Amino acid sequence: MEIYWVLGIPIAGGVFLALWGSRRNAPEINALVSMLTFLAAAMLTQRIIEQGPMMVGNGWFFIDSFNVFLVTLTAFVAFTTSLFSRPYMRIEKEHGRLNDKRLRLYHSSYQVFIAAMLLALTTNNMGILWVSMEAATLATVLLVSLYRTPASLEAAWKYFILCGVGIAQALFGTILLYFAAEKVLGSGGTALLWTQLNGVKAQLEPTVLQLAFVFLLVGYGTKVGLAPLHNWLPDAHAEGPTPVSAVLSGLLLNVALYAVMRCKVLVDGALHTDMAGNLMMGFGLLSVVVAAFLIKRQTDVKRMFAYSSIEHMGLITFTFGMGGAVASFAGLLHMTMHSLTKSAIFFAVGHATQKAGTQVMDGIRGLIKTNPTVGWGLMLGTVAILGVPPFGVFASEFLIITTAMHEHPWATPFLLTALGVAFAAIFGRVQPMVFGETELPRLPHMPALAPVFVHLGLVLMLGLFIPPYLAAWYRQAAQLLGG
Amino acid sequence: MALSYHLQVVNLLAALLLLISFAMLSQRRIVGLITLFAWQGAALAVSTSLVAWATGQHHLYYSAALTVLLKVIVMPWIFYRLVKELDVNRDVEPMINIPTTMLIGIVLVIFAFNLALPISALSGTVTRSTLGIAMATVLLAFLMMITRSKAIPQVIGFLAMENGLFFAATSATYGMPLVVELGVALDVLVGVFVLGIFFFQIRETFDSLDLKHMEKLKEK
Amino acid sequence: MSTGILLQIAQTLIAILLAPLLMGWVNQCRAWLQGRSAPSIAQPYRTLRKLFHKDAVIASNASPLFRFAPYMIFACMALAAGIVPTIANDLPFSPAADVIALVGIFALARAFQALAAMDIGTSFGTLGARREMLVSFLAEPALLMVFFTASLISHSTELSVIVATLAHRDFIIYPSMAFAAVAFWMVSTAENARIPIDNPATHLELTMIHEAMILEYSARHLALIEWAVAMKLFTYSALGIALFVPWGIAPQGDFSALPLALAAMIVKLGAGGAVLAFIETISAKVRLFRAPEFLGTAFLLAVLGMLTHFLLEV
Repeated sequence: MEIYWVLGIPIAGGVFLALWGSRRNAPEINALVSMLTFLAAAMLTQRIIEQGPMMVGNGWFFIDSFNVFLVTLTAFVAFTTSLFSRPYMRIEKEHGRLNDKRLRLYHSSYQVFIAAMLLALTTNNMGILWVSMEAATLATVLLVSLYRTPASLEAAWKYFILCGVGIAQALFGTILLYFAAEKVLGSGGTALLWTQLNGVKAQLEPTVLQLAFVFLLVGYGTKVGLAPLHNWLPDAHAEGPTPVSAVLSGLLLNVALYAVMRCKVLVDGALHTDMAGNLMMGFGLLSVVVAAFLIKRQTDVKRMFAYSSIEHMGLITFTFGMGGAVASFAGLLHMTMHSLTKSAIFFAVGHATQKAGTQVMDGIRGLIKTNPTVGWGLMLGTVAILGVPPFGVFASEFLIITTAMHEHPWATPFLLTALGVAFAAIFGRVQPMVFGETELPRLPHMPALAPVFVHLGLVLMLGLFIPPYLAAWYRQAAQLLGG
Repeated sequence: MALSYHLQVVNLLAALLLLISFAMLSQRRIVGLITLFAWQGAALAVSTSLVAWATGQHHLYYSAALTVLLKVIVMPWIFYRLVKELDVNRDVEPMINIPTTMLIGIVLVIFAFNLALPISALSGTVTRSTLGIAMATVLLAFLMMITRSKAIPQVIGFLAMENGLFFAATSATYGMPLVVELGVALDVLVGVFVLGIFFFQIRETFDSLDLKHMEKLKEK
Repeated sequence: MSTGILLQIAQTLIAILLAPLLMGWVNQCRAWLQGRSAPSIAQPYRTLRKLFHKDAVIASNASPLFRFAPYMIFACMALAAGIVPTIANDLPFSPAADVIALVGIFALARAFQALAAMDIGTSFGTLGARREMLVSFLAEPALLMVFFTASLISHSTELSVIVATLAHRDFIIYPSMAFAAVAFWMVSTAENARIPIDNPATHLELTMIHEAMILEYSARHLALIEWAVAMKLFTYSALGIALFVPWGIAPQGDFSALPLALAAMIVKLGAGGAVLAFIETISAKVRLFRAPEFLGTAFLLAVLGMLTHFLLEV
């Protein structure tokens, strides 16, 4: 029942904003719709905690502990981002970079995007999963190019084409999956339902599933930003408006990885080998290393943090590839932490770049003097994402490294080096931005930075103490993932 | 082992599909490319209807109708209008010369045929031998995408790839469930609309649809 | 056995005698399509008769090869025309009708043609010879691939076996033959010097290939060469019919089917000639440097046909 609210509210919001999004209070409506979505998601979570996994709508939707926590996370970050985007987009309009028509497109696409992601998370049908992933991409293409600068158009084009090619591979993987499933489950809609597939996964043809997983990993992995298919990510995340960067980095990457994980569970059951896990470890490790070494060369702050997203998603992919209870737990925890922290960073960066009028890092200095809240927000966020205790990212990274040392010691030097290099690079860049010398005076108005500190506060809290129900939740989800 | 006549015709249409993919690779004019894409959609629709008739899978009739509507009528029309309104230069301008492209194409076809053999062996449909052609179509469309530097040929390559995937689904498994196909069709249609809007934006900013203008965002 | 030999001679004579008629028919169709009035169908015969009555004028530095070449070319074409099954299959000469041998016969004729063109030493002759060699160098592999596709289906390279297999089995559509048909059309366009590779009516230096090679010939030599050109077209058409639409050819030793075979042949050649005229009317000649591309496409299509055979028909 709640699922229909969770999906229906953003869709209705999207339609409403498509028609009336040019009004002056469109940002407030956007925030209101997002809040209602979050409340519906919270109610859904409550129901799942009480009743356990459930299928809704005659098998169309399936909610278990793995995706319900992602649903809540998505709805929450969407809500806080909409709060951040309220004043941010207003100021962008004042600066002349946007007009009412584009804001209408922005607001309605935002809601449609959230709806598509929530559909991808809750659907039971692997085909509909594909459809909603592609829909999520389509909803954001025009958002990336919102500023109509040459760079943003190029970024949006690369995003569309590269993700399109990737998703076509994923479609082929889905076809192969259906092909294997049809033999066991018969043709018709039931053969693509994940719950059914999970039940018969031992009977699915191994060779076909192997091939299918390769295509699915390459396809959905392009959307996760795994190297060497990551080319579109820095551009798309850097050139769009900051709220779009925040939801792309914080949410879409998670949903794509969720799709990969659902497939991995099926493939592991059919293959009884570690092929899926090994592939994921390989791609994940490659992404971490590639991203870490490319961070040093960045001059644009949003691009730098986009590479940081690639690095963290690579780390999570590596973790899930390792498999096992602890690793899966760590992976889920890291997904949460990364979402919250990265979006917080983007909020702070957004305000900083808006004030400074440039995204180039050399052009931003001394935030602590001109705007202490932004300065502190950025500093704390950076420190958090780099894995400094007591923030939550440290806890998950610690678990990941120790598990790696235990089971795959060969990977640990790579991981540690990459994390270290990234630490040095990012910290070295952010430090002058926050504490550097500047002659600019302190700015008059206070930006709305509540979302930043709420996120960071959550991350800090989870780093110090994970509430028991949350821990149980993660453990349940980890078990589902084959822990 | 002589197949029944409609299945022979399906094989013939599959060969025609492959021929059209090669013709798209060697096509020099954008309008010709759009026409070939429409023909590809038509061959696909006829083939799907024949399979529906031969095997009694009635949901394939709906897929065929959807294909005709979208890929033979609506999308080519949208592209013709885009070409006219954007006043695009009518040449395709490939990045590698056409004979070399065709040679690479043949290699890809051999690769695709090899890749499809184990899957074909496992399939239970009567059209399983056409899976190799479907994969070859996908790879050739991919080749077209990466060797074209203009926006519209790249997009047509992308849509041709989707055609190939649809054909693969039909030949290996008698098509995906109808709801999934509807979803895919919807995605593709929305994608084309988004692209149309996007082309206008590109044209406004760069005064041309040549994607060479859009290579500035490299690693510094 | 003697009836077989009689039939063989009859088929060869029919081919030789009807070839100019085919040429005349193609010209007439072309004229109709272009909206002008055509010369009569028998015009090529009149041209040949006129040429035979003339005195030959030969350059003073011509070698014996120059005089000998037209006879050689005519003989090759007559042999080719005789062994390709046009009305009856599996005649006494047909063991010689191996497709690879057939390609060799064409190559022999072409070699003599080119050598004779270069014999006098004028620049037009050499020009034509070099262009002709370029075109056929690329066309021959494509033609061989087409033949291989047909051979793969019938498990033999003998034309009689191919025709027997394709004509007298149950009607099966072979997609590989569809590819091969397109490739064959492209190759025969190149080999017979038709549009879009070469314009048989042009004498412009920039554009002519075949006409450049025969500029120096006159009278009976020219007549023999023109006749050989007509026979080449006839042979290629008969080859195309034998490979792709072989129904109607009388099977071995079945004499009652001969009248039907004759009628079928006339109808098919007539249709083929009309289609050729139509394609010539709607196409433009491609520039010479695009000819390799054209033939490369033919080759690739033929290879595709073979690959499709392995995928779909095995």
